[in-house]
Amino acid sequence: MATMTSRRAERDKAQSSGRDRVFGPLGTMLMYLALTAMAVVAAFPFYWMLIASTHRSYTILNLPPPLLPGEALLQNYNELMAGLPFWRNMFNSLYVGTLSTVLVLFFCSLGGYGFSKFQFPGRDQLFALMLATMMIPGILGIIPSFMLMKWLGWLNTYLPLIVPGAASAFGIFWMRQYIDSAIPSDLMDAARIDGAHEFRIYWQVVLPVITPALAALAIMTFMGSWNSFFWPLVILKDAEKYTLPVALASLQNLYGQEEGVRTLGATIAILPVMIVFLMSARRFMAGLTAGAVKGG
Amino acid sequence: MASTIAGARTTAHRRSTLHEIRRNIWPYIFISPFFILFIIFGLFPYLYAFYLSFNEWDGISEMRWVGLDNYRMLLTDDLWWKSLYNSIWLMLVTGINLVIALVLAFMLNSGFVRFKEAYRTAYFTPIVASSVAVAMIFGGMFGLRYGLLNYFLSLIGLGPVDWLGSALWIKPAIALVVIWRYFGWNTVIYLAGLQSIPLDLYDAAKVDGARWKDIFFHITLPLLRPTITFTVILSIIGGLQLFEEPLMLAGGTSSSSPGGTDRAGLTVMVNLYANAFVYVQFGYAAAMSVALFVVIIIFSFLYHRLLGKNLT
Repeated sequence: MATMTSRRAERDKAQSSGRDRVFGPLGTMLMYLALTAMAVVAAFPFYWMLIASTHRSYTILNLPPPLLPGEALLQNYNELMAGLPFWRNMFNSLYVGTLSTVLVLFFCSLGGYGFSKFQFPGRDQLFALMLATMMIPGILGIIPSFMLMKWLGWLNTYLPLIVPGAASAFGIFWMRQYIDSAIPSDLMDAARIDGAHEFRIYWQVVLPVITPALAALAIMTFMGSWNSFFWPLVILKDAEKYTLPVALASLQNLYGQEEGVRTLGATIAILPVMIVFLMSARRFMAGLTAGAVKGG
Repeated sequence: MASTIAGARTTAHRRSTLHEIRRNIWPYIFISPFFILFIIFGLFPYLYAFYLSFNEWDGISEMRWVGLDNYRMLLTDDLWWKSLYNSIWLMLVTGINLVIALVLAFMLNSGFVRFKEAYRTAYFTPIVASSVAVAMIFGGMFGLRYGLLNYFLSLIGLGPVDWLGSALWIKPAIALVVIWRYFGWNTVIYLAGLQSIPLDLYDAAKVDGARWKDIFFHITLPLLRPTITFTVILSIIGGLQLFEEPLMLAGGTSSSSPGGTDRAGLTVMVNLYANAFVYVQFGYAAAMSVALFVVIIIFSFLYHRLLGKNLT
């Protein structure tokens, strides 16, 4: 991988001298224009969100609309807190997200290791079966799942949001791809000769080596949990127990008219994950692409 | 005689299989959590959905077997057909995001782009945000008289467009939000796929005097085909199951007429949610889920048949 990168860098340098060979000078300019325009399109709603959460509806609705911060942030915040147990909702999301992520990391790395570094009867068939389950649209099981949760007495608890997805097919696939390429089999053989227990090999030899893949999977899992809506909406009944997206949706009914308050709620829901993502973007993207390359 | 030998052979075979499993017990333990959870929370619900779709049930009283009644009702339910039409419309139109993503990935991968990482990160940000929160932000931007979008349109002499209030524009509004949300995600997936194409291929093509068109259609597209198939299938599955955006933009969770004016924004998922969890008709909603499942299979199969194989 390291040699790949340096080779690529060398080529980039070589190519930059003849940069308009492929697109032509005009084409290159248009290309940057298109790339930048799309970046603005992607980022602008977030800018607008920050601005609108500091305004009241009557200033948001000015023509032209405000493009600079207003003075109503505190008022919006107070109204938001009066309408919802907002920080409790945020804590719920954090709680569900953290537990889900820890379980997914454990079970998926364990499963990925099992599929990657062992030969056993039925391995390839089981792996193919697991991949096939990813193609089933989730909608099909939603009503029986709800009934099952009711029967288990799990309605209005967080268990349905945590347990069923604790060993995701995608996560196991992801970890297997990484372990395939990152860990030489001799490493385990050496540990086995030393008489180490299989679980100890996983815990002490395998886990420390696969932290980059674990980090990327952690971010994806946490984001998925943090943003998930349909299932929590169906499961959770008390406003106290809502996760953030469900609470936000109820905000629409409470403050349909006051855009500043609604937008502030949306902003507070988005900001934490956005900050984590932006701080880890470089490594996260590298992890994503590395996994995909190895998958291909 | 022959049968005894065969019998002995199967017993021996069975014994050796058991022995094999016992000898390899650790990997089986390691991979078992997925299969246990899948059987309980995946397979069982999937199969039960079929059974439930032949019953009438309100979640409280006895379940009643009604045979094909739910499916017969579906056939004559205008709202069902409308929601199916809306979902298919949205799936096809939001597919545009894949084209945008392909072009962006191709440009970013052409080797000499500066700030590549910054572009990639910017494109990816929409997928990081909660779709409910995003729908709320766009909901404000789509306002008829004072919305930001109509203000921008008025600057170039267009509009105003009644994005959320009219039957004509609600679907394009939903599609805009979905395209905005997913184009960056797919760009990153395509970029990952492109990086596995050896650079020598591009260099050779350039030495031969190839222009961008030749490279795009004769190198990039063919070699990226597995990745493209993957994203198309995922966007068929996702597009037909759109929920958050249509729910939030056309009425919210407590709307008495989800889907908005003339139900033009009602997707199958929103329709199903209302039938199951507002009107509490579990059997009918299960029939909807089975029908949508079949539609998803048909579209995935059609793609595979028509385009998946001869894109070159």
